[in-house]
Amino acid sequence: MGLFSCLTKNKQIPNSERYSSSKSSSPINLCCFYYSHFQDYFSGQQAILHFIDLMSTPLLDVDGVGHGNATLMSSSASVDCVSQSGSGLKECNFLGLSDCSSVDSSAVSNVSVENKNNLNLKATELRLGLPGSRSPERDSDFSLLTSGKLDEKQLFPLLPSKDGICSLTQKSIVSGNKRGFSDTVDGFSEIKSSVFTEGKWMFNATGSDSGTPQSVVEAKLAGNAGLNVILSNNSSGAQPSMKKEVSTRAPKEGHNKMNGSNNNSSAPAAKAQVVGWPPIRSFRKNTLSTTSKNNDEVDGKPGPGALFVKVSMDGAPYLRKVDLRTYSTYQELSSALEKMFMCFTIRKCGSQEAPDREMLGENKLKDLLNGADYVLTFEDKDGDWMLVGDVPWEMFIESCKRLKIMKGSDAIGLAPRAMEKSKNQK
Amino acid sequence: MDTYINIYIERERDRGFGFFLTELSDYNRSGSNLKVEDNPELYFGPKIFRSSLHLIGSARVKKDQMRSFQSMLNYFPEEVLEHVFDFLTSHRDRNAVSLVCKSWYAVERFSREKVFIGNCYAISPDRLIARFPRVRSLTLKGKPHFADFNLVPHDWGGYVQPWIESMVKGGVNLEELRLKRMLVSDESLELLANSFPNFKSLVLVSCEGFTTDGLAAIASNCRFLRELDLQENEVEDRRGQWLSRFPDSCTSLVSLNFACLKGEVNLASLERLVARCCNLRSLRVNHAVPLDALQRILAQAPQLVDLGTGSFVHDPDSESYNKLETSMQKCTSITSLSGFLDVTARCLPAIYSICRHLTTLNLSYAPGIYSDELVKLICHCNKLERLLVLDTIGDKGLGVVASTCKELQELRVFPSDIYVVGNASVTEEGLVAISAGCPKLNSILYFCQQMTNAALITVAKNCPNFIRFRLCTLNPTVPDAVTMQPLDEGFGAIVKSCKGLKRLSVSGLLTDQVFLYFGRYAKQLEMLSIAFAGDSDKGMLYVLNGCKKLKKLEIRDSPFGNVALLADMGKYETMRSLWMSSCEVTLGACKTLAQKMPKLNVEIINESDQMEDSVDDKQKVEKMYLYRTLVGPRKDAPDFVWTL
Repeated sequence: MGLFSCLTKNKQIPNSERYSSSKSSSPINLCCFYYSHFQDYFSGQQAILHFIDLMSTPLLDVDGVGHGNATLMSSSASVDCVSQSGSGLKECNFLGLSDCSSVDSSAVSNVSVENKNNLNLKATELRLGLPGSRSPERDSDFSLLTSGKLDEKQLFPLLPSKDGICSLTQKSIVSGNKRGFSDTVDGFSEIKSSVFTEGKWMFNATGSDSGTPQSVVEAKLAGNAGLNVILSNNSSGAQPSMKKEVSTRAPKEGHNKMNGSNNNSSAPAAKAQVVGWPPIRSFRKNTLSTTSKNNDEVDGKPGPGALFVKVSMDGAPYLRKVDLRTYSTYQELSSALEKMFMCFTIRKCGSQEAPDREMLGENKLKDLLNGADYVLTFEDKDGDWMLVGDVPWEMFIESCKRLKIMKGSDAIGLAPRAMEKSKNQK
Repeated sequence: MDTYINIYIERERDRGFGFFLTELSDYNRSGSNLKVEDNPELYFGPKIFRSSLHLIGSARVKKDQMRSFQSMLNYFPEEVLEHVFDFLTSHRDRNAVSLVCKSWYAVERFSREKVFIGNCYAISPDRLIARFPRVRSLTLKGKPHFADFNLVPHDWGGYVQPWIESMVKGGVNLEELRLKRMLVSDESLELLANSFPNFKSLVLVSCEGFTTDGLAAIASNCRFLRELDLQENEVEDRRGQWLSRFPDSCTSLVSLNFACLKGEVNLASLERLVARCCNLRSLRVNHAVPLDALQRILAQAPQLVDLGTGSFVHDPDSESYNKLETSMQKCTSITSLSGFLDVTARCLPAIYSICRHLTTLNLSYAPGIYSDELVKLICHCNKLERLLVLDTIGDKGLGVVASTCKELQELRVFPSDIYVVGNASVTEEGLVAISAGCPKLNSILYFCQQMTNAALITVAKNCPNFIRFRLCTLNPTVPDAVTMQPLDEGFGAIVKSCKGLKRLSVSGLLTDQVFLYFGRYAKQLEMLSIAFAGDSDKGMLYVLNGCKKLKKLEIRDSPFGNVALLADMGKYETMRSLWMSSCEVTLGACKTLAQKMPKLNVEIINESDQMEDSVDDKQKVEKMYLYRTLVGPRKDAPDFVWTL
């Protein structure tokens, strides 16, 4: 919230001032500096739209807009540690996004402690940043900033530190770090899986207490996709030419694409495709897309090869289709759906998630706002709504007509266990 | 520069001569090598046997001594030369031969039957006919390569009509026409069908503009048609009756491929056609041909070598499925299999029986075959040399390929879902596994989620034989997934160790450094695709200065500007084309280039109307395409194409 008001306030800063403002060490100014860069990329209305778009990507949440960005940047900062011997470190905490939150969150701090590396610790700190918003002069600015760190915290009082990080934020930090520091992989693979499973849909299925290896991999990928957004522009960092390059690319599709791949769900991603990338012949695209259209026509029935069912979600503005045949377990389906609808759930999934992290068996996304969690339900051949996970996978595939991600409270009555769970929640 | 030509001359005992060329190095600028590999001893004449030949001498001649040597060469009757030249199948060798001396030029000119033109605007049709009056087979390419990816407007050009008209006028006895990325109208096809009585072969790749009416004209009028091959064309399907237009007398078909057609097919006509064309070797049908029809076709044509299935959907418990299995078992000569646009996975075991013969398998249009079934299928294919799959195969599946297909030479992995970065995609692990398991691999196209330098270095070490290396990360500027570094070192390793690399496409985060490597090591590189890479003009300069054999360079969304473009303008005359879109090149620089180099066409594709109002030389050019040409600016350019 604080951030948004800050953004709109600073929108009027004239061009000339924008850059000069970055010379000062005040965090507010920094914030507007970043925003001004945003304005450079996109103009006017569009900028805000994009900004919001970015905010609603899976890695972000509404309450702490800073979080998502902070995650991204912190991951990239960790890269900086590796690649540029810490030149980017000092940037970290200007938003005052409670470094303690990230330190407290066991996953990350464990890593850093294990590493006995101060840099790592810093790398996990949160900061606000935008893709490609790095240039040499800014580096120096940031170093000035470090002294003012403590003050910043007060300036931007955000969420309570412990609860401040949603599980997904963590996940991406963890996975980001994993890629960055392969020597510590063992250290947190465990945490990783636990963190990951939290993000899952609530299932009655057993054995969901830890992510399957596969799902861990997926999580890794998801985290990476997030990283890319920043790194692709950021990590060639210090070269002056980079700025130019970025500024020329960013207004075009290139930048959108990065949003797109980050927000690896859904329509925005599809819309934000770079023209001609990935380089696939248009004939191939057309042919393959018609095929899936054909299969759509046999909606709900076991079609040839593919089995598409609609997935709706309470509160989501559009439906998605998934091909059940591409998955072979409930776990796979859950992680896929999670990715698709993350942008709608994650914003709601926030502080309460953190204390729950130890309860590995509980795979739920929680709705922070009204305290409801989501359950995945399906309509079977007979038109009855059931909880996903109640029947063996094969039977599920055969009978599933469509899927719905319901609020837990709405799902009460579908099955006893659902009720139980929502009670637990309250 | 000294240029040598080795000529071995043999004499037959009573009359006639034979000779063969072993090497013609550094002859022309591109330094092509001339070899007659398959004929260590070449002999000819009416009743000549190998034993009657003996070598009378070999000579290594400097280029400047060629004149004196010429008298010797002239001693050979032209028929002899012509016969020798017939053994030269590669266009490049023939080009080299035609540069040796006037008489060779003349002989080669009259004996060349196959002509390849890499850019239909580089030369006029009349000039082609004047130079090669006996041309029978013509290969033409139209739009720039990036047209494949929607970067070139639909109506950019590349019409085949003027070519056909000229050949009709010039009395060419055309037998074969192969077109790629060209606009082909029904009118063109009708003219083609009506004008060349001996027409035998039509191959259209990524063409558009025609309908099944045009195909019907070909079918009904080309009595000796052997090959009708339609690959990935956008064809408007008016009615499915074109197949029935093949006259009953048509029995000459060897190859029929209409897999790209969308519409219905007259099955009865198809079955009859297949039944009477007993030389049919290659048949690829479209998805409208159901499994039971395929079964009947196979029963009639067990001689097929190349099969593209239609819809592979059926009840595996039915009788016709059993029949299919039996028919398949008899098709032991099938070595190439494709299709499966629609598929019931449970029907796949029907093809297991032919899998062990397969050398080519294309499942890149089979989104319905998932990883498990794919792996099961591939386990049966241990002779595969060429494999095209979707990334649903996964890293694990690629591991199976690596352990099964020891003969694999070419692999293409396409993305299955281009909009959502889903979980079905491959990474560096799959590539490394393939490189470790398939030592013969020389060509790859790999769409992946992520890549690392370490993986690329390993791949380079495992497979130094790459000729084509195309790597595409779904996110175009993604860095090394482990170190978050640019992928410079990885691609550097590839060009360093793959000395014969001819085609390279790069993606991922790349700086100028990688282009330094390209310039230094990629000496055989002919085509390079760059996207979202580099950080200054230097990058492009490295490539232009270093890659001496570069023919095609295509760049998009990279910060290369005027300095790079104008540094070595002569270079572009040695290249076929240069494409730059969304780079830093300005209109002024393009104008300069066009002025200084009259043999180049510099075309600007300006789709937005902005530039119409204020034509400013400092304005950046959206899309620039330049190519060398002998005929000057083209006349069929649409309004949005400005030739400077």
